[in-house]
Amino acid sequence: MSELAQPTGTPAAWPDTYGDEAKERMGFFTDTSICIGCKACEVACKEWNLVPEDGLVWTGESYDNTSTLGANSWRHVAFVEQNEPLHAPVEGEEPVDALRWLMSSDVCKHCTHAACLDVCPTGSLFRTEYGTVVVQEDICNGCGYCVPACPFGVLDKRHIPRHSGDPPAEILGLQLGKKEDGRVWKCTLCYDRLKGGHEPACAKACPTDSIQFGPLDELRERAGRRLEKLQGENWNGACLYGNDPADGVGGFGAFFLLLDEPEVYGLPPDPVVTTAQLPQMWRTAAIATGAVVAGVVAGFLGGSR
Amino acid sequence: MSVTDVGGEMRSYYGRPVIKEPVWKKEIPWYFFTGGLGGASSVLSLAARVLGHELLAQRSIQIASAADAVSPPLLIADLGRPERFLNMLRVFKVTSPMSVGSWILAYSSAASSVSAFLNTIGRLPRVADLARTASAFSGAPLAVYTATLISDTAIPVWHEARQELPFLFGASAVASAGAAAAIAVPVAEAAPARRLAVGGVLVENVVFKAMERRLGMLGEPYSKAEAGKYKKVAVGCTLGGAALIAGPGRGSRLAAAVGGALVLAGEVAVRFSVFKAGFQSARDPKYTVEPQRARSSGQPAGRSRTRPGSADASV
Repeated sequence: MSELAQPTGTPAAWPDTYGDEAKERMGFFTDTSICIGCKACEVACKEWNLVPEDGLVWTGESYDNTSTLGANSWRHVAFVEQNEPLHAPVEGEEPVDALRWLMSSDVCKHCTHAACLDVCPTGSLFRTEYGTVVVQEDICNGCGYCVPACPFGVLDKRHIPRHSGDPPAEILGLQLGKKEDGRVWKCTLCYDRLKGGHEPACAKACPTDSIQFGPLDELRERAGRRLEKLQGENWNGACLYGNDPADGVGGFGAFFLLLDEPEVYGLPPDPVVTTAQLPQMWRTAAIATGAVVAGVVAGFLGGSR
Repeated sequence: MSVTDVGGEMRSYYGRPVIKEPVWKKEIPWYFFTGGLGGASSVLSLAARVLGHELLAQRSIQIASAADAVSPPLLIADLGRPERFLNMLRVFKVTSPMSVGSWILAYSSAASSVSAFLNTIGRLPRVADLARTASAFSGAPLAVYTATLISDTAIPVWHEARQELPFLFGASAVASAGAAAAIAVPVAEAAPARRLAVGGVLVENVVFKAMERRLGMLGEPYSKAEAGKYKKVAVGCTLGGAALIAGPGRGSRLAAAVGGALVLAGEVAVRFSVFKAGFQSARDPKYTVEPQRARSSGQPAGRSRTRPGSADASV
């Protein structure tokens, strides 16, 4: 059984079913301690993957006008302003009135146990030879099941915003393939670039190497060393998020070094893949099914009144 | 100061949701209703046929086939790419309740429509009975699987209710089938249908209450905003309708019909209440974060963190 074997007992799609074509499991390590909030990752992702615009708004939430991951935002840089020191206060010293600015580039986690992939009824979502999770857009029929299944709110159905100054729908349609898309979209970990031997666009564009791409095993080791270093330097709140293969989704293929609790960045503190409990849910359904039959039969007891 | 510290308790990213709201539209709760009505009516029809209630059996299979017939169009209309609906039958995945359900619905609606058609024209009685048995076999799963479908999501108010929702949906389906048959069959022959309508309504209301009680804080969305309004309508209509059916409905066809219509309206409202509660629970990050935080408070799963010097400086 590989690391990617499903909790429901079905065989792992990677690397088992790929045989000789299986590649090393690739992923991201996003070290938010060196993120400078330049959003080059967001732009590079949009450029390379032809991701359409997702609305032009000013949120007033620090420098973040992207707000969340979605069909049209596959990287999202979060900005958090805090009255907290970057380094934890040392005992005996006067606490300083400090300000820190947390920035973090969020992305699809490419979970080891991916709920989106489990629940997809068409097989559109699949596990690639690199162990990543990708939507096949020629198969997706827009049923939307993966959207609430994802414990991180990564996937969404694509809606293309319109503005008064936009070119006519026919021209937009030519540019984007279709007027209204109707399918779900998310980060592919640049599957096409990986096939060509290149790193994903966001990692390539990141000027500080906050986004690091590579074999997942290597990244986990590197992240462990980085965490030790930051702890040695007394950084306030440094923690790894999603690096543990024993967590509720079997570890992330794209994990993070954060400087505060995950929920401060809009991330769930303890995500689980709900299909892990599906065998139990099917059993409950079977009992309820029996109850329906028994109930109907019971309705015939007791004559004609 | 950032919004993340407001309240001093739960922290969030500008109050934004952690998970996405579903993208499903009103066709889906309508389908929960029609699937439940169709599935339970198939079972009712077979039971009636076996126990010698011919008229009830015939009317029930007609109701089942009608409900089964409108179900696929409802689901297809909700797809982002309706022309690709056949992709649902491209694979069979037990890890996807929607995949399992698509196959159940395809099989069940084919069987119930064959049986209803043959019953109505009075031909090939053996084939009609065989098809009726086939559709009854899948009827109860059809009535219940939609609860499993929504339970297998990250929506707290659905996933955490996974023990109760199949029973809620099952009872609601039985009540719907009973109520519809009580309308369609003369009073003298509708006794089993009346009992199903009344019994289903009672069980469903008890399960709903018990579910909310067990969920505690997580169950709040069921009684708030839109979901709460639908629930009030559901409780009023189902209990009122059941009282009419159980009382005057035993003697008067009109009372039975009005009571049946009320129960059916109430069952639609039940599905909408559960549906809307899911959206409301996704929208507020506290329903996602607080239970996870409580679960992981002792030994944080998936994280190895330290916060040297201060346990929780900003809180």
